[in-house]
Amino acid sequence: MSGVPPMSPEVLSSPVADTVKTPDRAHTRARAARRRRAVVAAVRVLLLVVVLGLWEALSRAEVIDPFNFSMPSQIWDQIWTWITHGTALGSLGEQIWYTLHEALLGWVFGVVAGVVLGIALGRIALLADVLGPYIKVLNSIPRIVLAPIFVIWFGLGPASKVASAVVLVFFPVFFNAFQGAREVDRNLVANARILGASDRRVTLQVVIPSATSWIFTSLHVSFGFALIGAIVGEYIGATKGIGLLVAQSQGTFNAGGVYAAMVILAAVALVAEGLLTFAERRVFRWKPADSGH
Amino acid sequence: MSADTSPAIELRGAGKIFKTPSGGLHTAVRDLDLTVGRGEFVAVVGPTGCGKSTTLTLVSGLEEPTEGEVLVAGEPVRGVGDKVGFVFQQDATFPWRTVLSNVVAGPRFRGVPKAEAKEKARAWLARVGLTAFEDRYPHQLSGGQRKRVALAATFVNDPEILLMDEPFSALDVQTRALMSDELMELWAGTGASVVFVTHDLEESIALADKVVVMTAGPATVKQVFDIGLPRPRKVEEVRLEPQFVEIYREIWESLGEEVRITRERGAAHVA
Repeated sequence: MSGVPPMSPEVLSSPVADTVKTPDRAHTRARAARRRRAVVAAVRVLLLVVVLGLWEALSRAEVIDPFNFSMPSQIWDQIWTWITHGTALGSLGEQIWYTLHEALLGWVFGVVAGVVLGIALGRIALLADVLGPYIKVLNSIPRIVLAPIFVIWFGLGPASKVASAVVLVFFPVFFNAFQGAREVDRNLVANARILGASDRRVTLQVVIPSATSWIFTSLHVSFGFALIGAIVGEYIGATKGIGLLVAQSQGTFNAGGVYAAMVILAAVALVAEGLLTFAERRVFRWKPADSGH
Repeated sequence: MSADTSPAIELRGAGKIFKTPSGGLHTAVRDLDLTVGRGEFVAVVGPTGCGKSTTLTLVSGLEEPTEGEVLVAGEPVRGVGDKVGFVFQQDATFPWRTVLSNVVAGPRFRGVPKAEAKEKARAWLARVGLTAFEDRYPHQLSGGQRKRVALAATFVNDPEILLMDEPFSALDVQTRALMSDELMELWAGTGASVVFVTHDLEESIALADKVVVMTAGPATVKQVFDIGLPRPRKVEEVRLEPQFVEIYREIWESLGEEVRITRERGAAHVA
């Protein structure tokens, strides 16, 4: 056999068959993707049910000590009691609000101080050279030990919790803002200067916008730190708050109470994280969707 | 010599020595003598990495010369002046600003009122054909479109001196020819003096009134060629003219030697 094969009806019809097939294939692919998502969600829920179920069952069968390890139903009862009858310190909402309020205040102060100082040191080499070693020294102090000192200084009220949240939040934000200011694209700075921007304008309109992605990375981590600061402060000495709830439950050997407070904290942290992600999406509309987060 | 009759740019024995991170000294350019007349389009060609870009940063005021003098309109350069526009090799559009906002940036930095700045910016966006894209962000544009934004953002400041550092080298060949023609048109009405750095000899002949050949690094001016091709030119057409080929051959004789020296040094480094 040699030469060009004659145009068979098959060859002629194949492109037609292809165009018919394509939407079909896309359909199949979409269905497979949907099915995969459903499987992931189902297995996730199943995993949770198994873990909680095992905990509950082992605890009820007294394989693990229910007094020390509690069990999901007890924890749920505790949360429900707090919601409906309030805690020993007052309503549950008040405790959450107290802790959240302290964490938020500490977070805002810490973030503002961290961003301002980070950008300033990133832009002004002299300042960075002078303060650099001191910041390193301060950063190497395990900051959680400062919480008792703050309770002594600022008393049992919110101020001491805000202070411990601030010291925890400040450093990660500071280092990220500093790095962000240092790593600004030199071309962008040169371009802004050529276009006529003053040093102040370069800082405000080039350095800060390009450092925002660095800063936002640290915001996620640091809100968790703010909560830790507030909780530890409350745990050491307070009149209200979730941390105090933990301390009291521990004092009365109420393991369920400790776990219940943890569950509430986790929920609060998740909501805050969600809000932050939402804000980030709004701020970074200028970024291509396929890169970054 | 009064400021009105003095050339747009004058380099007198200018040189630039950088400190390297390891503490050594690196001479980027030396003994630069170069004059660019008002409204003149000068292309600077030289082997890769010879210090062509440094010449531009000296004229722009972004860097100061360590030797000699750099004069713009008869005045020594002290920092970034308001007469200069600079189109960079890499993308230098602000990614967090929309297209319109990018073009508005220059006039706003220089204190032009918002409404007036917007009006001027829109006019230049229209001239580069991006009116429909004014609300887009740079990442939503093609490389050629981003270059057009950069051109509009530069021209909107009415620069008397336009410095261009291999502005089209990142574009594909067809887009590059198109952008060269557009640049010619945009420039024609402004009377600006242009220094256009490139490593592409064809591009330099097609665009310029004068082609300056630099030596292998540390660079200095080797030879200056006048390009007598009539304007207006179309980049794709002017390339085919016999006069173009003749000029090309003449300049390449000078440039080729420097390219060979650079290449041999590079080989010696590798070995």
